[in-house]
Amino acid sequence: MATILVLVEHEEGNLKKVSAEMLAKARELGEPAAVFVGEGLDSARDGLARHGAATIYAATGEGWSNQLPGPLTDALDAAASRAEPAAVLVAATPAGKDAGARLAARKGWGMLADVSDIDSATGSGDGGGLVATQNVFGGATIVRARVTTGVPVLAVKPNSFPAQEAPAEPQVVDLGQREATGAEIRVIDHVVEERGGRPDVAEAETIVSGGRGLQDPANFALVEALADQLGAAVGASRAAVDAGWYPHQHQVGQTGKTVSPQLYVAVGISGAIQHRAGMQTSKTIVAINKDADAPIFAIADFGLVGDLFKVVPRLTDEIAKRKGG
Amino acid sequence: MKILVTVKRVPDTAAEKRLDPADYTLDRESVETIMNPVDEYAVEEALRLKESSGEGEVVVLCMGPESALPAIRKALSLGPDAAVHVHDDALHGSDALATAKVLAAAIRHVGPDLVLSGSESTDARGSLVPSAVAELLGWPGLIGAKQLEVEGATVRIHRETEAGYDVLEAQGPAIVSVVKGINEPRYPSFRGIMAAKSRPVTDLTIADLGIDPGEVGSAGATTAVVDATSRPPRQSGQVVKDPGDGAAATELVEFLAAHKFI
Repeated sequence: MATILVLVEHEEGNLKKVSAEMLAKARELGEPAAVFVGEGLDSARDGLARHGAATIYAATGEGWSNQLPGPLTDALDAAASRAEPAAVLVAATPAGKDAGARLAARKGWGMLADVSDIDSATGSGDGGGLVATQNVFGGATIVRARVTTGVPVLAVKPNSFPAQEAPAEPQVVDLGQREATGAEIRVIDHVVEERGGRPDVAEAETIVSGGRGLQDPANFALVEALADQLGAAVGASRAAVDAGWYPHQHQVGQTGKTVSPQLYVAVGISGAIQHRAGMQTSKTIVAINKDADAPIFAIADFGLVGDLFKVVPRLTDEIAKRKGG
Repeated sequence: MKILVTVKRVPDTAAEKRLDPADYTLDRESVETIMNPVDEYAVEEALRLKESSGEGEVVVLCMGPESALPAIRKALSLGPDAAVHVHDDALHGSDALATAKVLAAAIRHVGPDLVLSGSESTDARGSLVPSAVAELLGWPGLIGAKQLEVEGATVRIHRETEAGYDVLEAQGPAIVSVVKGINEPRYPSFRGIMAAKSRPVTDLTIADLGIDPGEVGSAGATTAVVDATSRPPRQSGQVVKDPGDGAAATELVEFLAAHKFI
């Protein structure tokens, strides 16, 4: 069975959700082999085994860091030489794409970014291989594409595939020492500005986003309280980010992130084209806005025309009561 | 210090983006086009570096059809000294890898100390090219900078992360891709707009860069589109009007419960 390499996204061994999602898809397509770089393999090993990794290519020890593209790319390169995979899956995150693009450039392999589905192609003329689905132009067009040169490098969007447990007993293959090449980058510092706790916007299943309708940055507290009741990430419109109300990392839209969660709740967001382009493939959209003509209502499955300052606190309360019993 | 800034011409934000059914390339001709929004931040950052060091040169690099020239002039109107425009019929249908090959060759041709680019363009939104260029050149690629400092030969960035930032450092020459918000881009002045008309734009073909037509464009493509379909536009579902006291929240809670979100 063909091997599908999966570059594991993790933070010191704590697996990101997208890693399990990629392994689940890899299991459908062939035999999943996880590529683990950096520290924390002992913590990660269980999770990788539970999600079906048949092999773990381990790049740990001196010089192997998952914080830098050089080591990630070198580990993928080394694992690919050993595994001769049918495809390499990376997450469609900045780190995953950085490493994937470098691997593709180094080997002359084709790469497809922001893949939301992968099928084994069957039938006519094309000679088989994998067909990847991409949502482009803010979701307006669905493209299916193939890699025609080399091993396909596919950057997979978080939330595209359900994670599934399929316990395996992975064989661990040590990739040995890293030989640093030129052009080394050094990590000088790692600064955390926000308390953790909430999911990342890029991979959350639920997102509650705030916009200009909040009127004041302090009112993001309403969005955060609702997000916490729903176990959601907090998103922000471009207007809110440009006004300095919330960090750019949380911006959803054409010059922010493109997300496709199960549930997207837009609070005080008018729904301009550039915002819709970043969220309109969400499975369910809820909009709360006092302007009945706001374009967001045209794409909302549930639209609530009303004063968010009255509605959102009540919503948060009622959800809390329902959960609390 | 010679700083090169890559810019791309893309369809306007509000324009309907269409794939030509003949070859699935993006129709860039029958739509309004603009300079890729994030590129403005890259141009601004280059100008600031030049201004704070008191010397140097900022050159714009664009790979695009002849019709990309207005985007180049737009970039020049902000203050760069010159531009390089790589255009060639053979480049039609180039994928990210081919684009990276061309840009890498052009960068070698121009010989800058630093290359700045936007983190991604609003058309394909791949975010692949800066990384691929760095790999092809064997230069450090510092991706996703929300702050940039250059101290002698050392290039230091704050790389945006989900919860904050990492401080990364490398020795130049280097590629740096910047994210929106790294600075506040200036508006072009009237003088800048007039001056842009006479700034030198050097046209290069792939032959000038020593690239074979078979390596780029549709001929050199490493990926192929199988098909493309329009997604039917979303319909709106139920709309509820709140009486004024937030009571409609209850109906929303019922909706969320019915869909198993709570």
